[in-house]
Amino acid sequence: MSTIGYENWAVDLADVGAIYPFQGLEVPMVIAGVAFWLWWHIIQSRRETAHMEKVMKMGDPEKIAKMLDRY
Amino acid sequence: MDGNLNAITTIFTEFYYWVTVVFMFLIHVGFCMYEVGASRRKNHMHTLMKNIMIIPLVTITFFFFGWWIYWAFPHFPIIGSINWEAGAANTPWSPNMATELSDRITGVFWAAFLLFSWTAASIVSGSVIERIRSSALWVHAVLIGSVFWIIDAAWGWHWDGWMVHVLGYHDAYASGVIHAVAGGYALGVLVVLGPRIGKFAKDGTPRDIPPHNPWMVTVGLFLIYTGFWGFYAACNVPLISPEVIGGEITGTTWTATNIYLGPTTLGAITFNFLMSLSGGLMATYIVSKGDAFWTFSGGLAGIIGASAGNDLYHPIQAMLIGAVIPVIAYKLHYWVENRFKIDDAVGAVAVHGYSGFMGVVVAGFVLWGAPSSPYEGYAAINPLGQFLGAIIMFFVLGFCPAYVVARIQAARGTLRIPPEVELQGLDFAEHHAYEEAVAEITAHHHDHLNSNS
Repeated sequence: MSTIGYENWAVDLADVGAIYPFQGLEVPMVIAGVAFWLWWHIIQSRRETAHMEKVMKMGDPEKIAKMLDRY
Repeated sequence: MDGNLNAITTIFTEFYYWVTVVFMFLIHVGFCMYEVGASRRKNHMHTLMKNIMIIPLVTITFFFFGWWIYWAFPHFPIIGSINWEAGAANTPWSPNMATELSDRITGVFWAAFLLFSWTAASIVSGSVIERIRSSALWVHAVLIGSVFWIIDAAWGWHWDGWMVHVLGYHDAYASGVIHAVAGGYALGVLVVLGPRIGKFAKDGTPRDIPPHNPWMVTVGLFLIYTGFWGFYAACNVPLISPEVIGGEITGTTWTATNIYLGPTTLGAITFNFLMSLSGGLMATYIVSKGDAFWTFSGGLAGIIGASAGNDLYHPIQAMLIGAVIPVIAYKLHYWVENRFKIDDAVGAVAVHGYSGFMGVVVAGFVLWGAPSSPYEGYAAINPLGQFLGAIIMFFVLGFCPAYVVARIQAARGTLRIPPEVELQGLDFAEHHAYEEAVAEITAHHHDHLNSNS
């Protein structure tokens, strides 16, 4: 048994195509990849929003108000 | 890969493109240095992270759908439908997009195009520094890097693209295909995003926010020049026979070609790259009165301005085009800044967008009547086709989608960071934590000293 379809290299390479593991599962792998990508954006965006809210409260409000007024 | 000549050609071509990819990585290094050098100290880490994360996000999305678009969209929707057959080998589930011994080169081609995608996204990233939310920029990075630029590449930077067929569009080293589209996209975001706090006085007078580290900006730009060599080489087919091209070229003389499979030479593009760089540096030195930031950017704008036709131009033509276009772009930058209150922090819209647009248009005049393709039935290069092509690049695929998406993000409150955070700096929380840690350690040290005395 071999996950790549070959247990040895006693083959004519002209007859060899794909040699990655789990051939036939490409579509589920793509679905998993896309899900990972979208999940990343959602998590990052949520964390960024929370971070912004936290940082907004960290500064000296009086100083910030003065700076905002100045500009 | 049977036969010695076939094997050598295949391996040479694989390695040739692979080397261009490594060179082009320097473009991204340069953009990172440039952006951080141009930003203020309070925003360094945020600026750096914003640009670095373009790499993985554009890479995976270019794998998922960007590369497929290039092969499926050349005719769609103007002269034909989506080419499912050509696209099939380039879907993310195709064996060609993996370890496949009968296809040795798709991964290298994919990477060469991908590095262009990073560049397109990075151009947008520079113009919006110090006030855009990273989450918003990263959505734009995916859109420009894995959707809009690659649509324009399928249309106008593909031997079979409809813009080449119908308009005679010619853009050998991507004046419009990369630079005009990314510059237009950046402008679309900037219009909605607004300027950095303090960029304009209350009466609307623009203030200069100089780079915090001009030397870092300089080295960044020089790295971009270096990577640009790889970019130029990557835009060529290094060696191909007329038989393989299968067009109108007769005889058996092998040649290098541009992306449209029209003949050029590596020598020609080396002459023209350096001469257009020189023209840009010299002219912007004069017009900016020796301003380092604009002189070096002008060198880049010179190359970008001449790139559309640098496969065929005479070196002196490349120099003159490379001199004139950056001067106009420089003037346009300040006119737009004053008139519309656009804060383009690194001049990306001017250097890439306006220069790229003009470069495409100028090529229409200088190369008027030259064949756009080695195949029969294609329109010749002409000014109107180039002008329409430049409009498609800058506005249709650049400015318009960026504007719409940025408006949606602004309406949802996810485009711009809050003013309180902008004023304190995007790295404020990290600095704050650092200062707290220092204070705690110092206090602990004092306690320790007191208890021992």
